[in-house]
Amino acid sequence: MLFRAAAQSPTARLTLTLSATPASADPLPPSGAPAPAARVLKLEAALSLLSQSGHDLPVGEPGSAAWLQGLIDALCELSSRDALTGLANRRHFEMVLAREIDRVARAGEPALLLLLDIDHFKRVNDSHGHAAGDLVLKAVAEALLECVRPMDTVARIGGEEFAIVLPNCSPAFGPMVAERVRTKVERRPVLIGLTEKISVTVSLGGAFAPQWVRSNVRLWLERADLQLYSAKASGRNRSIFEPAVVSMVTAEEKGLLFSTSQFDDPSDESRDSHA
Amino acid sequence: MSETFTHRTPRARITAVTSGKGGVGKTFVSANLAAALAKRGERVLVLDADLGLANLDVVLNLYPKITLHDVFTGKNRLEDAIVPVAGGFSVLLAGSGMVEYSRLTPEVRDQLLATVEAVTPQFDRVLLDTGAGISDVVLYTISLAHEVLVVTTPEPTAMTDAYATIKVLATTQGRRSLQLVVNQVLKPGEGRTIRAQLQQVIDRYVSPSLEAPVTLDYLGDVPVDPAVREAVQRRELLLEVYPGTPAAQAILALAARIAARIAA
Repeated sequence: MLFRAAAQSPTARLTLTLSATPASADPLPPSGAPAPAARVLKLEAALSLLSQSGHDLPVGEPGSAAWLQGLIDALCELSSRDALTGLANRRHFEMVLAREIDRVARAGEPALLLLLDIDHFKRVNDSHGHAAGDLVLKAVAEALLECVRPMDTVARIGGEEFAIVLPNCSPAFGPMVAERVRTKVERRPVLIGLTEKISVTVSLGGAFAPQWVRSNVRLWLERADLQLYSAKASGRNRSIFEPAVVSMVTAEEKGLLFSTSQFDDPSDESRDSHA
Repeated sequence: MSETFTHRTPRARITAVTSGKGGVGKTFVSANLAAALAKRGERVLVLDADLGLANLDVVLNLYPKITLHDVFTGKNRLEDAIVPVAGGFSVLLAGSGMVEYSRLTPEVRDQLLATVEAVTPQFDRVLLDTGAGISDVVLYTISLAHEVLVVTTPEPTAMTDAYATIKVLATTQGRRSLQLVVNQVLKPGEGRTIRAQLQQVIDRYVSPSLEAPVTLDYLGDVPVDPAVREAVQRRELLLEVYPGTPAAQAILALAARIAARIAA
């Protein structure tokens, strides 16, 4: 496929000179005087990036509007993907998250953000090598994709950290998805050599976008990350969700709120100094 | 990437006045603060966002012909529902019959948003007098505001509810600074003590789980004053009928601090 596409787009076209007339009419200028610099597109880097990443090259007559659109689309696609796993990368993920926040604010649909992290991934790299680590990352990515709906976005957002954005996901459904992901990964040994298999587990943290409220990406990530941290801290290979409503005031909080030690404490004044 | 409508600076500053617990003088503070800000030359609107149990009309002794209800149902235009009052500011009353709006349906949300959007170009400041509690209507209303003013009293139940409100707003709306007014204090300095108590619990139980700490911006306190009771019973503004009393002076001081926050 790659070779055929390359044959259709000879290397002579890697530098494309645009004429004043529509590109589709006559993509190549008459030979002779060099075109002004501003009209010359150097496409070599873009095309070799695409072919090196195994991407199909744009179809159609090189230089035509359709061909250029195809090239731009392919570059957009490339810049939104994680090179190793093919999942959405962090850039694309944050865009999806922002879009989802907007939708939740407008329509009030519940949306879930799941953050997950491979447990003890450093051990895999240390004892089996980075190539094995890469195989594990790919296997986890595949497992995640098998657990979600087409409308969900699965992303690799850090070394061994992944995220899933689930639009229109009811609160009851969230923990089910998380458990499905967790068990799917746990029950899928990864072949890292001719015969050697290793198993990994993941920890998950989940937080729903506050309905009707215009939140932001940083805050939503922070809330899900906090739950992921709890899942790690409480023993890994588990999923923890943010409690639905945080309006409850615990006895401990009340105890501190009404502790008399702070009353009439002159040191309070320092805290108010900026007010 | 803003979490509220903070980018619309040429328009009115929107402040949500909320409390958690009812009966702490939230509407009293909103109305008199509006009068005090108006005395400073601001064009102020108080929007009665307590859709379920509106009582700004009671506090101000108004018998509105046209209310937010009429605007929501399309019976009247928004500008006809904005009423100038004796304190030198304007009000937009929820009116009775708003019970059907006490749940946050998409219609209520759109209507509230459209109303707030429509009034902001005409004023320097809009005070959103929210209902008690932390229902989704209250939280949504607050999300429309640039800043939040929490009213509490030294009562333990009021403090607990104020704390719960602050906690929810910090975690769900990313609020990192909330203004605090302590109403009905018995002795000078009591407001500062309450503030320190609340801040202490926030520092210990709320801020550690967030990216940046949550700070209470203490605006001041309002003393218990027989004149307040008198004014409330006469259903008039304290600032109009007893402007020289300690409580009225305290409210003027709050307005001065709020105005200074904007200038800074």
